[in-house]
Amino acid sequence: MSTAALHAEHDSHHHDHKESFISKYVFSMDHKMISRQFLITGIIMGLVGMGMSLLFRLQLAWPDEQFGILETLLGKWGKDGKIDPNFYMGLVTIHGTIMVFYVLTAGLSGTFSNLLIPLQLGARDMASPFMNMLSYWFFFLSSAVLLTSIFVETGPASAGWTVYPPLSALEKAVPGSGLGMTLWLVAIALFIVSSLLGGINYISTVLNMRTKGMSMNRMPLTIWAFFFTAILGVLSFPVLLGAALFLIFDRSFGTSFYLSDIYLEGVGALENIGGSPVLYQHLFWFLGHPEVYIILMPALGITSEVISTNARKPIFGYTAMIISLMGISILSFIVWGHHMFITGMNPFLGSVFMILTLIIAVPSAVKAFNYLATLWRGNLRFTPAMLFSIGLVSFFISGGLTGIYLGNAAMDIQLHDSYFVVAHFHLVMGSAAIFGMFAGIYHWFPKMFGKMMNNTLGYFHFWFTFISAYLVFFPMHFMGLAGVPRRYYQFTLVKEFDVWMDVNKLITIAAIMGGMAQVFFLWNFFYSIFKGKKATQNPWESNTLEWTTPVEGIHGNWPGEIPTVYRGPHEYSRPDRESDFFPQHLPDETAPVTAPQEGEQTAPTEVVPQETVESSVFFAAIKRVLGLS
Amino acid sequence: MSNHSEAVFEKQPMWAGGRSPFNVSYGKLMMWIFLLSDAFTFSSLLIQYGAQRFSNVQNAVTTKWPDPASIFNHFPFMHGLHLPLLFVSVMTFILILSSVTMVLAVEAGHRNSKKEVERYMIYTILGGVAFLSCQAWEWATFIHEGARLDGNFFGITKEGYAHLGSVHFGSHFEWDKAVDRTNGPVPFAALFFIVTGFHGFHVFSGVVINVVMYIMTVRGTFERRGHYEMIEKAGLYWHFVDLVWVFVFTFFYLI
Repeated sequence: MSTAALHAEHDSHHHDHKESFISKYVFSMDHKMISRQFLITGIIMGLVGMGMSLLFRLQLAWPDEQFGILETLLGKWGKDGKIDPNFYMGLVTIHGTIMVFYVLTAGLSGTFSNLLIPLQLGARDMASPFMNMLSYWFFFLSSAVLLTSIFVETGPASAGWTVYPPLSALEKAVPGSGLGMTLWLVAIALFIVSSLLGGINYISTVLNMRTKGMSMNRMPLTIWAFFFTAILGVLSFPVLLGAALFLIFDRSFGTSFYLSDIYLEGVGALENIGGSPVLYQHLFWFLGHPEVYIILMPALGITSEVISTNARKPIFGYTAMIISLMGISILSFIVWGHHMFITGMNPFLGSVFMILTLIIAVPSAVKAFNYLATLWRGNLRFTPAMLFSIGLVSFFISGGLTGIYLGNAAMDIQLHDSYFVVAHFHLVMGSAAIFGMFAGIYHWFPKMFGKMMNNTLGYFHFWFTFISAYLVFFPMHFMGLAGVPRRYYQFTLVKEFDVWMDVNKLITIAAIMGGMAQVFFLWNFFYSIFKGKKATQNPWESNTLEWTTPVEGIHGNWPGEIPTVYRGPHEYSRPDRESDFFPQHLPDETAPVTAPQEGEQTAPTEVVPQETVESSVFFAAIKRVLGLS
Repeated sequence: MSNHSEAVFEKQPMWAGGRSPFNVSYGKLMMWIFLLSDAFTFSSLLIQYGAQRFSNVQNAVTTKWPDPASIFNHFPFMHGLHLPLLFVSVMTFILILSSVTMVLAVEAGHRNSKKEVERYMIYTILGGVAFLSCQAWEWATFIHEGARLDGNFFGITKEGYAHLGSVHFGSHFEWDKAVDRTNGPVPFAALFFIVTGFHGFHVFSGVVINVVMYIMTVRGTFERRGHYEMIEKAGLYWHFVDLVWVFVFTFFYLI
């Protein structure tokens, strides 16, 4: 008997046990509950992060204005209605940290990997439900520590989300480098533990716990994306742990790994020297660049699934999508130097990083064109999830194009640390990933909560968010080209930047509009959890396995046996069938949609086509890409 | 892989879900993935070492980096003798021996021989404890000689090789930071403490895991389960720790 089957049996014995409130809602080991915990924590963190961005946008748009409310809200950090410059840096830092790690890493891949990996693969739960629970609670603890750091007397960490030393290593440098920075490091260490526990679980579940017939080349693209994301996380976060370890020692134990000679008024300012701050950047960006794809790839996977379902077409180039994900994953580990072109890097090394960076445009373009080709002449159903997915494609293209500019060392030297960079990454990884997350929420809300969300509110949410995101980030390209640097508190003393005052106001107004648009979402989300229309079994007429589970979501996922899979996940509008979808679990012989799930186990194994041999999928794909088959 | 694996997983011509692709259980797979991830953590530490080490090379002949053979030359009860790298070789030998006994324990587990698993687990635990004790002695000696996290006086200066440690060894050594810090690359001792400390922490965790495994074996948990896979998983971890030590040893003592 296989271990997986043992495990499944073990679980199915469990699902009728009476569970206490604590074991059901708090220390739950059910992957669906854990995904809900991740999602709601992520939404709360997202609101905090967004609120912070609105605060510093106020400062940028009206630097000389006094807002009485800020003093009420922020106390000493908002004296006389103006945000304190140190606190401004803290806001920027914590906004970045929250959005990158807490919302778009844990909130996005934590939520949907947990929800979809077992459901779409046909597993009773994760490989280790206990580690899964630990993963959430480490994340929770980490969020709590980070939020606490906002309230310490010296303010939160304020060296930017990348916390470069020496600014972050020396307590004297800025107030935020005191206790706030220590708490930041503790929070990130806890976060790394959480992400490791989660990632190990996701990979083993994908490799080991698939149902019968679910070979690798029949997995939905969401799962492929989560799989590669988890691999990236497992391999890159430990390096951040190493980097953070040295930083902790530099800060608290007198070592000097990142501290080199710093002179103030001709005198060496530090007792301990001999290290190199650039090394921190190398270690940080070895995580930092894969992290960008850890954020983006789950969103791309969700988009593949949503677009294919709602265009009622097979995804264009299923294997090309997998290979491009794999290409992005591999390349993401060897391009970190493009964040460091201006550190005095050897120009030859710079060109190597530049070439490797530009190669990423190839798999990215494959994905973009595949999305467009899937949409092309599709039978489009504009659900809110579909709109958000199309929005993602739009951001992915418009933000990705500027990536080609920034990947060029010669361009980057001019554009580095300007608003052009801010515009680039907010479009391509910020907005695109958050749109992927929204698409996922709208699409799988019926699966998560057994209720439907309101479509009209979804449309309002989409259009306001979409328009405001472009209004916020598009003008920033021009500011960056003109040389306006990022992370500055105010520009009133620089005459040349006066012309950008109106643009800054426009951006802030658009940002406030975008912020308010989230009220549509929040209302829709929380209202629908309790009072939403009850979901039907398969509301989007989708092929994948998660829609065969009971709507109310039981422990162990399937009441009886786990369905067997007979084909790939994207068989929509097959000409030989009446209905325009063909769920993965229906054997070829049976009648279409209405066929009962029983009797699948008796289906002959010859139905499984020969090309499910794992190793052949890649060769077949390469052949297909080259046009050889 | 082994008799045991074949017993657990029935052979099928082609894998199509529901069963492991690599013929390993998800638990072992998780251990492998964790070790891969941990390897990256150690890599980041050793890269830090390499970066510091090679930025202190003045040219191919003279280097500011201290010569490990002259620093790690002490041996317990052999006071005053110059025995370069002898002690650390003994440490390494102990750790590798404990890996051998671990293999024997895993092998005994495949034969479901409870008595032998118990015996070899005891040997492995003893090896781990012995290694940790050696490391404690080495650290104590190094600290006694004046090594600190926030400075380093081992090294080669313009005047020639400066190794105050052996001169002052055993006396009431007062380290004057302001004078001696110029002697060698500052992160030398700090790197030693952090990297060997991080490795020592792993060995310590390994010993704790092995003790737990031993208790579970004695209580017959694995016997009732019918297989000793947990011993195998602990063994994977233990071999990894051993392998990492080979790298740490090479970096700190040989290069």
